[in-house]
Amino acid sequence: MEKKKPVTQDSFPFIASAPSPTVPVPPGPIPAPPPAAPRNEVALTIDGKTARVPEGSTLLEACKTQGIDTPTLCYLENLNPVNVCRVCVVELEGARTLVPACSRRVENGMVVRTDNERVRLSRRMVLEFLASSVDVSTAPELQSYLERYGGQPERYGPAAPAAGEPEAGPAGVHAAPDGLTAATVAQPVKIDNDLYVRDYGKCILCYKCVQACGEEAQNTFAIAVAGRGFDSRISTEFSVPLPDSACVYCGNCIGVCPTGALMFKSEYDMREAGNWKESEQQRTDTICPYCGVGCTLTLHVQDNQIVKATSPLDQEVTRGHLCIKGRFGWQFIRGKDKKKSS
Amino acid sequence: MGGGTSSYQEIEETDLILLWGSNARDTHPIFFHHVLKGVKRGARLFVIDPRRTSSAQWADGWLGLEVGSDIALSNAMAREILDAGLENRSFIDHATSGFDEYCRSVDPYTLERGERETGVPAESIRKLAHEYARAQRAELCWTLGITEHHNAVDNVLALINLALLTGHVGKYGSGLNPLRGQNNVQGGGDMGAIPDRLPGFQHVENDSLRNRFEEAWGAKIPPRRGLHLSGMFDAMEEGKLSALYILGENPAVSEADQGRAQRLLEGLECLVVQDLLMTDTAAMADVVLPAAAGWCESEGTVTSSERKVQRVRRALSPPPGVRDDLEIIYELSRRLGKDWGTPDPKRIWDELRSLSPMHRGMPYERLEALDGIRWPCYDESHPGELFLHSRLWQEPLLGPQAPFSPVEFEPPVDKLDDQFPLRLTTGRRLDSYNTGAQTSSYSSPLRRGESLDLSPEDGELYGVREGERVRVISRRGSVIAPIRFDTGLRPGLAFMTLHFPDEVQTNQLTIDAVDPKSGTAEFKASAIRIVKLAASRPG
Repeated sequence: MEKKKPVTQDSFPFIASAPSPTVPVPPGPIPAPPPAAPRNEVALTIDGKTARVPEGSTLLEACKTQGIDTPTLCYLENLNPVNVCRVCVVELEGARTLVPACSRRVENGMVVRTDNERVRLSRRMVLEFLASSVDVSTAPELQSYLERYGGQPERYGPAAPAAGEPEAGPAGVHAAPDGLTAATVAQPVKIDNDLYVRDYGKCILCYKCVQACGEEAQNTFAIAVAGRGFDSRISTEFSVPLPDSACVYCGNCIGVCPTGALMFKSEYDMREAGNWKESEQQRTDTICPYCGVGCTLTLHVQDNQIVKATSPLDQEVTRGHLCIKGRFGWQFIRGKDKKKSS
Repeated sequence: MGGGTSSYQEIEETDLILLWGSNARDTHPIFFHHVLKGVKRGARLFVIDPRRTSSAQWADGWLGLEVGSDIALSNAMAREILDAGLENRSFIDHATSGFDEYCRSVDPYTLERGERETGVPAESIRKLAHEYARAQRAELCWTLGITEHHNAVDNVLALINLALLTGHVGKYGSGLNPLRGQNNVQGGGDMGAIPDRLPGFQHVENDSLRNRFEEAWGAKIPPRRGLHLSGMFDAMEEGKLSALYILGENPAVSEADQGRAQRLLEGLECLVVQDLLMTDTAAMADVVLPAAAGWCESEGTVTSSERKVQRVRRALSPPPGVRDDLEIIYELSRRLGKDWGTPDPKRIWDELRSLSPMHRGMPYERLEALDGIRWPCYDESHPGELFLHSRLWQEPLLGPQAPFSPVEFEPPVDKLDDQFPLRLTTGRRLDSYNTGAQTSSYSSPLRRGESLDLSPEDGELYGVREGERVRVISRRGSVIAPIRFDTGLRPGLAFMTLHFPDEVQTNQLTIDAVDPKSGTAEFKASAIRIVKLAASRPG
């Protein structure tokens, strides 16, 4: 190796050679984004009361300003609505069918009813169909809606015997229903890697995972809806195991899943062992230890151990989304004895 | 003040995004979400990287330059912009100095020379120059592809020159953004953890600034700047530095020319390491101080690439025998004869606010209420600055003009020749981080260990197959690594990471040619050759 020059304090001339190096620059005016275009106000009637909201708002947002708690399953603040679950429907005067509140934009003079018998019946039927065909045991929100609307999914009869892997049989071939049992999407749990568990017997096909994996956030497109009708399911390309798919394990699909069909393996294992105690968990917001982007991590802590990492949906850096390191990279701190891991 | 000039929201609303020496898709994934929002909104994306990376796959244009030829490219772009009359003359006249000299300095960098030095077709250089100059708003972002070179500061200055030439700085949606590699690289600099600055980028050699700190602290501060990390290693070699106290760094593995770094660390009279893991460096230490994890076992703040100061909070109690960094430093001070009392992160932050004008308006209460604040934030009615350098567009100009800094292209120090014909560059992968001290503890389905990545063409040329273990030799050392083919690499270019030092000590190969201005080593450019192992050894 060639001989190095001796190090002196003058070996670092960068700052000293820059102009006006040691004197602070005066503060400039406070920078602001270009002003947003003004939004007109729209007046409409919701449940007999007048609501005034900015144009472009959805009926869901308008209902919220009136203190109305509208049930939603496929809607999420950080995703564009896809209108598939139909549980947020409201009655719009002059419209033939009920309309989805999550995506219908407000118009002047609309008259909307959110809690009449027609709306309640429709919501109840949607919830009953879902709960009779899907395992909703880890979907507390859906269960609370069932209770609110008096849903009785058991009236469709006991669950029919599980049909097994949906990919196994020929597409679109079904036995005639016996009228006594409820068809279900029950199927074996998919555990094919150390980070995710996919239990599609719990999937209500809300599409949120597809959106989060696709163009709404991650843009990886590892999953999509496959099949038609009752055979519809979330699938990787050709149903390959996750490690053979395009998946990059950001966990953003799990972050948006409302039913626990997608679950971190660590949570799944703790639940299986009977150790998952959500009511005892503390949540603390901090900043991810990895790169310099500054993502807020919500650490879910049980018995002084991190058991899960999420991010708030309303956080402007992440909008609720993380990468594989933020989701899973905390395991080195898991309260285990701290040993060398180079 | 040094920091990214723009906010992430501007990346979503700009018209052109230039990622230079950055594979943000893999290394800053959530920043790349903002890039993709911008792209969906219609922004053009250009990626400048020797490798055709996962970021480049999203780009309207990829410029696959030779490693280390960044200044040849930026100077050729500048010359083309001037030649086509696309410079922002009114901004240049108003807000900059040194323009004429800059023009003279880029004049020799014709498109043809640009193509010759960079390997990028002249037409691609011309197209990017025109698009960047014509864009109404443009964001230029870079990472270690710019800074891990022997001329790191010159590389950065070359990019700043381009922004000054086109007026793409100091406006909403136009700026210059180094994407930081760790959650508090920005904050560390802001707090004065650089050789020549006190907190708030106040120069230690400015007597009146230093005196304020001396008064507040009741102590004398050395009036001259200290050493960069690389300077410290040189000082160890000179025998001028014999004791080292390391907090949260693993230089025995992370330094370029690892053999030399380890030798110098071993030669110290006293090595103290404060870390949350028993790293290779800690294993060499005379004293190890087990520290709590700053991001989840203690209270404080970190500052992100968009200058946003955000709170970190204690979610866990540290294991027995492990203390918060602050507690350790307070205890050291007490044993050295000065009792600072009980450590209190909030009180220390308030002291910082009293001394650093750019942090003054951010008490903990406001940081909580606003979910973080971007500096500078001069008082408690100040919202923090969305973007920096708005002063450059004020009439009349506020403060000094921004200087052009002419820079010349100098190729990487480690030359290619018949003995060492392959250019090795290093980088990071999506699921791993630096020396793997943290990320090796979780089981990633994406992880496949260390490899020497080559183009398939080179595989054919050297007669090696995927998975075959070969000896990789540089002028400094050698390692054994399996071959992997990557079609994102072109012939002559090889790639490795630093993530798996237990498998392959990549830094045995890298060169510690150091940028004298920043102290950064040229991790991005080594010269290597590969040698097949004896046929009898299974692959």
